[in-house]
Amino acid sequence: MKEGRPRSFYVLAIFFAAYVLFLYGPMIAIYVLSFQGPQGGLTFPMNGVSTFWIAKLFQGTGIVDLGAAFRRSLLLGVIVMIVTVVLSVAAGMAFRRKFKAQGILFYSAIASLIVPSIITSLGISLEFRIIDDLIKAHWNENFETSMGLLTSGLGAHLTWTLPFGLLIMFAIFNRFDPRLEEAARDLGATPWQAFRHVVLPIILPSVIGIGLFGFTLSWDELARSSQAIGAVNTLPLDLQGLTTTVTNPDIYALGTVISAVSFTVIALALGTIHMLNKRQAAKGSDAGQGLV
Amino acid sequence: MDTSEDILQQASPGLIPGSGTARAAKVTRLSPSFISWLQAGPMMLVFLAFFLIPLVFVVIVSFWDYNEYQLLPAFSGRGYTDTFEGCIAQLPDLCTIAKTYLKTLKLCFLVWVITLFIGFWVAYFLAFHVKSKTWQMGLSLLCTIPFWTSNVIRMIAWIPLLGRNGLVNSGLVKSGLINHPLEWLLFSEFSVVLALVHLFTFFMVVPIFNSMIRIDKSLIEAAYDAGATGFQTLVNVIIPLAKPGIVIGSIFVITIVMGDFITIGVMGGQQIAAAGKIIETRVNALQFPAAAANAVILLIITFLIITMMSRIVDIKKEL
Repeated sequence: MKEGRPRSFYVLAIFFAAYVLFLYGPMIAIYVLSFQGPQGGLTFPMNGVSTFWIAKLFQGTGIVDLGAAFRRSLLLGVIVMIVTVVLSVAAGMAFRRKFKAQGILFYSAIASLIVPSIITSLGISLEFRIIDDLIKAHWNENFETSMGLLTSGLGAHLTWTLPFGLLIMFAIFNRFDPRLEEAARDLGATPWQAFRHVVLPIILPSVIGIGLFGFTLSWDELARSSQAIGAVNTLPLDLQGLTTTVTNPDIYALGTVISAVSFTVIALALGTIHMLNKRQAAKGSDAGQGLV
Repeated sequence: MDTSEDILQQASPGLIPGSGTARAAKVTRLSPSFISWLQAGPMMLVFLAFFLIPLVFVVIVSFWDYNEYQLLPAFSGRGYTDTFEGCIAQLPDLCTIAKTYLKTLKLCFLVWVITLFIGFWVAYFLAFHVKSKTWQMGLSLLCTIPFWTSNVIRMIAWIPLLGRNGLVNSGLVKSGLINHPLEWLLFSEFSVVLALVHLFTFFMVVPIFNSMIRIDKSLIEAAYDAGATGFQTLVNVIIPLAKPGIVIGSIFVITIVMGDFITIGVMGGQQIAAAGKIIETRVNALQFPAAAANAVILLIITFLIITMMSRIVDIKKEL
């Protein structure tokens, strides 16, 4: 029964493979180069194999105070993830009904996504500078600044992650069968019970996807942090600062460590999503199956 | 967490007003629109505090005065006059700002054409040639994973390949095709375009794939049955139906490149001027009103481009 594939399939399959190679090839090159020997340089061929450069990062004798930046980025990433998930699910629920400010919220989210990051970042930094000036003028002359990782920095990251969260919620509820929830209500479930035991389990895999976007986009965020993070740096900012000065594989080692965190989070999230989907398929009821 | 749970708890009473238990009756006293406000309000507040108000400040500050080290909250057009300095006096030569915007638009156009080409065919392959759902998921995921990793790392990753002693140059020299390493491979317009395509083709693939996957396959069969060639089907059936995705992807790519300063900075060796980089330079010089004026100009140009493109398609309907 196997249909022959058209010639265009093979042409496009090669094109696709080339695209994937183009995506991953360079990244893999620096992961490999970060495991060079102590004499290693910035390019191939490799100069011995060791974990010298990675170890150097963790000893703190390297180019940046990795530990502090690492902890800051991780803390911010986790908070951004939690806030993104909670606010996106809540707002997604609101969009299932019509409400007055629907249009404003929708267009704010889209605008926040496509207005160039440097403008948002500049705006946040101006806003906080003006707030600082007001505090200094009226309340406390010795006030330093209200800008910081968890004030302006957190806000800047949320303007980038929340639109993704909201769009994913739209995609979820486009496919969601509201009759499942109605059935739960008819059987006497309170609104909270219906959400907790019917809606949430069904949408949970995608909600984890929102969390994945929330964490990874924050972990790697650069353009919006650049003006709005305050006095301290996150890991990507440190990394960017190094691009103009560094001449040894320090920078690749740092890149490899940052990526290792990303890939761990991606693997955990995708693994959980896969497991939930399997469990849903195995244990989920056949409700609605013969109806449509 | 408590508040969010409260908000969610009130999720559905509006759907079935006045139903059953005492608890439900208690919550239904909240009007449905109030519940929507509780649910959507927090996100709206974040956008208000960290996006809408900052934008207003950008516009206000762009009309303020400044000296070497601080903002002076008094009306002044200096941010704009400094920016457009020499634009009339130097005619017919172009002033710095005009040259910079032309350069940015050129980069934008190149990246747009290339990402559109690659994005279209990658999406086409995924949507029409990959028949199994599992494979479709797996391959889409393969395209998405780099998006979840760091952009700076994906830029740095080109250094060992394109550098003076990089893989490409040493390969070309060894094979005898060139005598001296090519200097324009890295820290040049070429490497900027390459990196932008590398980073942002994803934004083209996803919306085009979304549009294509919704195309009813029987339409394509009908076109073949009616005698259309593969090319005619592509031009007359698939491209028109994939147009919303193409437009949305284009808006993403164009707005990203218009405002980019990091990729252009890192891959251009901090030597290439661009619309986003002017803003960064002005901020670093603490000339905030001038930075804000440039931001307003960039915002207006970006807005014009989006308005032009969204005339072609209703974005809200497509999401």
